[in-house]
Amino acid sequence: MSERQVALEVLRYNPETDREPRLQRYSVTCREEWVVLDALNHIKESVDPTLSYRWSCHMAVCGSCGMMINGEPKLACKSFLRDYEGVIRVEPLMHFPIERDLVTVIDDFMAKLARVKPYLIPKQAKPVGEGEYRQTPAELKKFKQFTLCINCMLCYAACPEYGIIPKFIGPAAISLAHRYNQDSRDGGRDQRQEEIAATEGVWECSFTGACSEVCPEHVDPAAALQQVKIKSTVDWYRKHLMPWMEE
Amino acid sequence: METIRADVAIIGAGGAGLRAAIALAEADPKLKIALVSKVYPMRSHTCAAEGGAAGVIKADDSLEHHFNDTVGGGDWLCDQDAVDYLVQEAPRELIQLEHWGCPWSREPDGSVAVRPFGGMKKQRTWFAADKSGFHILHTLFQTSLQFPSIERFDEYYATELLVDDGRCQGFTAIEMRSGQMRRFQARAVIIAGGGAGRMFPFTTNGAIKTGDGMALAYRAGVPLKDMEFVQYHPTGLPSTGTLLTEACRGEGGVLLNRHGRRFLQDYGMGPETPLGKPVLKTMELGPRDRVSQAFWHEQKKGNMVSTEWGDAMLLDMRHLGEKTIDERLPLVRDMSISYMGVDPVTDPVPVRPVVHYMMGGIHTDIRAATPLAGLLAAGECACVSINGANRLGSNSLTELLVFGRRAAMSAVEHLQSGRGAGNDAATGALADAAQARIRALIQRSGGKESVAGLRKEMMQTMEQHAGIYRSGEGLAEACGKLAGLRRRYAMIELHDKTNVYNTDLLQALELGSMLDCAEAVTASALARRESRGAHQRLDFSARDDANYLRHSLAHYNAAGAPRIDYLDVVITRSQPGVRDYSGDHA
Repeated sequence: MSERQVALEVLRYNPETDREPRLQRYSVTCREEWVVLDALNHIKESVDPTLSYRWSCHMAVCGSCGMMINGEPKLACKSFLRDYEGVIRVEPLMHFPIERDLVTVIDDFMAKLARVKPYLIPKQAKPVGEGEYRQTPAELKKFKQFTLCINCMLCYAACPEYGIIPKFIGPAAISLAHRYNQDSRDGGRDQRQEEIAATEGVWECSFTGACSEVCPEHVDPAAALQQVKIKSTVDWYRKHLMPWMEE
Repeated sequence: METIRADVAIIGAGGAGLRAAIALAEADPKLKIALVSKVYPMRSHTCAAEGGAAGVIKADDSLEHHFNDTVGGGDWLCDQDAVDYLVQEAPRELIQLEHWGCPWSREPDGSVAVRPFGGMKKQRTWFAADKSGFHILHTLFQTSLQFPSIERFDEYYATELLVDDGRCQGFTAIEMRSGQMRRFQARAVIIAGGGAGRMFPFTTNGAIKTGDGMALAYRAGVPLKDMEFVQYHPTGLPSTGTLLTEACRGEGGVLLNRHGRRFLQDYGMGPETPLGKPVLKTMELGPRDRVSQAFWHEQKKGNMVSTEWGDAMLLDMRHLGEKTIDERLPLVRDMSISYMGVDPVTDPVPVRPVVHYMMGGIHTDIRAATPLAGLLAAGECACVSINGANRLGSNSLTELLVFGRRAAMSAVEHLQSGRGAGNDAATGALADAAQARIRALIQRSGGKESVAGLRKEMMQTMEQHAGIYRSGEGLAEACGKLAGLRRRYAMIELHDKTNVYNTDLLQALELGSMLDCAEAVTASALARRESRGAHQRLDFSARDDANYLRHSLAHYNAAGAPRIDYLDVVITRSQPGVRDYSGDHA
């Protein structure tokens, strides 16, 4: 089994003791197959127990360990050391306030997620006793990819608009709204649209596609945004130019 | 200390906690519900469950079949009234999730699809590709957002239950962001804190699964039941312990030794079934305990493949083809390639048994109620018991739904029982004492022990002595070792004495939880002088119904080893019999 020495520069910030963030360098012996998270765990265990970061599943599904690795938003549990040369720089996700070290404050996303009503608003209420709604594999496929969002926040860290206009609802929240809008069982689009079509909704997106590029689950938030924009535009025309359609 | 008042406070916001919260909000919109978790809900380990949730839905199946599979799979240590409740409620709960939007995989006609799973005689596992737990968790979390009466307290770590007047009236918790202690005052408390797999070094469990919920109840005097039953999942990646779902075998994957032989046929699970045509309840669809034990024997015989991470068997899925693998097992393919560098489409994947699930946990009755008034528990942290000595795959997601909801109903019943407000001054004093204990831990200096050091020794002890096969001698040694670790735990010194998101403190508290749970595991295992399900003793290799058709109860003892006593299993209609996983069974 092969090992190598890896140098990491990790952003440190403790609001109680530090005036501003700083980079701390660690040089540790790592196994070849390790991910960046393994290296951080090794540092925490054997070098510096004060280092703080979030992690849990180590299989890219809990969404805890999003961080900037050499300037790119990544899950630390899926960033292999073998893919990096030289010093690896590890920082908290961009565009979020730093709580401490690599831990960010994600209140903003949590509030925005709730605002877009990311839950099924049934088209037709049906008692549980009457069994499941029918939904064909083709109908499922229409929204399935948007269900795969693990709320890891990488897309927010990558999004240039969110960086400039923090009120922007952002890629993940819009994708999840779109996920329900596209669900054959759902009838809640109008309610969600009020949030999404508002000024800080989809119109802020300049469609750089950075969100889709960084998504570790291959969700395509950019596509969701584009589809929502088109629907919002159609809604506008209906309302203002074809009011008779509103019936 | 700031006090947060609620009618019901829930510790843990994974599947069971969220299901309970929603049930409470639906039962009475006026109830004030506090949902408290050491992580954000969507980080909870329910997200890592892959295969699916069992519930009778298809015409060829019956509740009786599900009951029999579960009771036999549990080696007759399940409480049969609880299993009846589980199988009756299961379809309703799974349909309820469907109505909340869970993206279950579908048949061409739009009905919900089911897949085969180990130890199940019929196909009854509802699934959402191989991310079933993830979808269940997110469906529940997102659904919970519509209820204004559910107030979340994300990243709060509960430290102690507040027990006065013989009933649980709340708990203390550290707000991670500020490091400040908060007192939750509640008329009922539901613990849904998950399992404790991190006691072991090689586990599918995420970092957060440190038995905190179990330890909270245990230290408050509630016994931990059947803790000796620790499930090894047969197929984890040898490098990281990452789970490859049983659905790999449900879909037709087979297990090979290094000679290419499907060796399960040599361990009572034969005869061999045709490749790509899995037969229910035999060979690769045997139960997890038997398959993991077969691995152990093959390893002893030198029939395993050696890898740089130790011996492994081979999980061969090549004959399923790329299309099926991508459609049904996309995560499995992704994980195998990422963490092992093996593509299951072209090569067999090395796997080995890995600690996965605690059958045991907080002692509850069929109502999800613990012996302590006002305290309920549900999910992996609880032991109802529907899993007995060995859980069948896909029963745990069902369990957290059925008993998460049941815990909520019991909490409402408890509120209605009319016991008034508790003695505020008494619980306030308890909270102050709890806070003082945390302060003392942070401020202690001159300690000789480290969190990481003790944790490592605990893990090694558990792996060495509390694994797939155990002996009285080894378990006795483990008990002694853990007692020593608990003593040394009192001499830990933290390196980080600050307040904000102090993970040095968090890990110290988690280690304390794990040490208590670990001691309950080894003491219960030492006392059970028989082999049943996932508890296999080399020195007592037979099942002993005359003496051990009983649940163990481990009672906390602050000063020494836990006291173990027993409780009879509830048997309604299925008498202990032979667990038959040969292909010839009826």
